[in-house]
Amino acid sequence: MDYILSILGPLAEGSLVTLKLFFITLALAVPLGLALALIRISRFTVASQAVNGYIWLMRGTPLMLQLLFIYFALPFVPVIGIRLPDFPAAIVAFALNYAAYFAEIFRAGIQSIDRGQYEGAKVLGFSYSQTMRRIVLPQVVKRILPPMSNETITLVKDTSLIYVLALNDLLRAARGIVQRDFTITPFIVAAGFYLLMTLVLTWLFQRLEKRHAVYD
Amino acid sequence: MPSMTEPATVNGPMILAEGIRKRFGAHEVLKGVSLTLAKGEVVAVIGPSGSGKSTLLRCLNHLETIDAGRLVIEGDVLADNDASGHARYVADAEVRRICRRMGMVFQHFNLFPHLTVLQNVIEAPVTVKGLKREAILPKAEELLRKVGLYDKRDAYPSRLSGGQKQRVAIARALAMEPDIMLFDEPTSALDPELTGEVLRTMRQLADEHMTMLVVTHEMGFAREVASRVVFMDGGELIESQPAAAFFASPQHPRTRAFLDSML
Repeated sequence: MDYILSILGPLAEGSLVTLKLFFITLALAVPLGLALALIRISRFTVASQAVNGYIWLMRGTPLMLQLLFIYFALPFVPVIGIRLPDFPAAIVAFALNYAAYFAEIFRAGIQSIDRGQYEGAKVLGFSYSQTMRRIVLPQVVKRILPPMSNETITLVKDTSLIYVLALNDLLRAARGIVQRDFTITPFIVAAGFYLLMTLVLTWLFQRLEKRHAVYD
Repeated sequence: MPSMTEPATVNGPMILAEGIRKRFGAHEVLKGVSLTLAKGEVVAVIGPSGSGKSTLLRCLNHLETIDAGRLVIEGDVLADNDASGHARYVADAEVRRICRRMGMVFQHFNLFPHLTVLQNVIEAPVTVKGLKREAILPKAEELLRKVGLYDKRDAYPSRLSGGQKQRVAIARALAMEPDIMLFDEPTSALDPELTGEVLRTMRQLADEHMTMLVVTHEMGFAREVASRVVFMDGGELIESQPAAAFFASPQHPRTRAFLDSML
């Protein structure tokens, strides 16, 4: 028991890195994903196809590869060629990757809204952006809650990939202690930390779903 | 330049549609239909399904774009043929401004499910006209009383019957203070015992001299409430007569055949 208490400190520090990456990724990927989804369903064929290609690229290659590419290879790419520190590099990779997944969820959500909603809004004089903001997107939120709950829980666990950039997240902190003390207890405690985070997320999404169920 | 506030021709027709053509792919749904609506007129459009009557209605307020023809709403041109005979619309903002004078009620209500009854009625005046919620509230409540749903104002549409939903839809359209009301088969999706309450609300509106164009299968409504009945078939306007004359002595054999089949 004393041993567990003694490793809580370093594991909590690792969790902070994990949570920081988690929240910043969400804050960036949600608006970016929404923008991508709106372009994807727009009439601008070229832009829509470009987004399509982007989504294919981001979903079609491992997140780990994207992480390594942005950190190690981006500095050598002509024109762009910037060297990012490790944590910002991780944020860019995660935000770009998750925006692609979110974009598909948002697109499916938007396209599931009945045509009659657009027509009902149009005959009342709503512009396209007013229709989206006031009528369509509020209804989309409800429909995408289950897949978004899935993705955010996956994100919590995906954050552990940043060990490849030698960032001290929760899992890497646990592994360090395992190797130092020759005991697997830190892994079990780390699992407890992850479970706690996903529990909070699950509870949060359940509450959101309940709140949006009032108009069913 | 037409005035922004008053219709350019107060005594002219509310709706003037001339030679309206519309095709979906290879199928020509409207083959040059012309129709005028005077102020305060209640016109029922009847005809078999697929005759183009709903499409005609949807063309009037830009839910469908016409291929050829001329549309004038209260003296303001919405669309007109260019030199090559294709319809050209005025600028988008102008289209929205003109079409806003026409309220519309759909077969499937199209209420906003995430908003309560009262919010459904208030939403457009607040978002589109930029009115303050408090400014529109008395009017919205009055409209809900008028359609008999004041006690349902805080309910969500999913809790309402079809007839109640349609009455909310009428109140929602009226909240934008339209000069013309378009009804696209407003009772077709309702159980027979619920059509009465919707038709009563529409009759009330007609008694207040609202200009109305009603696509309907309700012959009783057409006969008793409409001032004029128009019969469409195969994308053409076959016959247009005052309601009494239309049912007493239909002129065209196709009209007669249709009326016979309805009995």
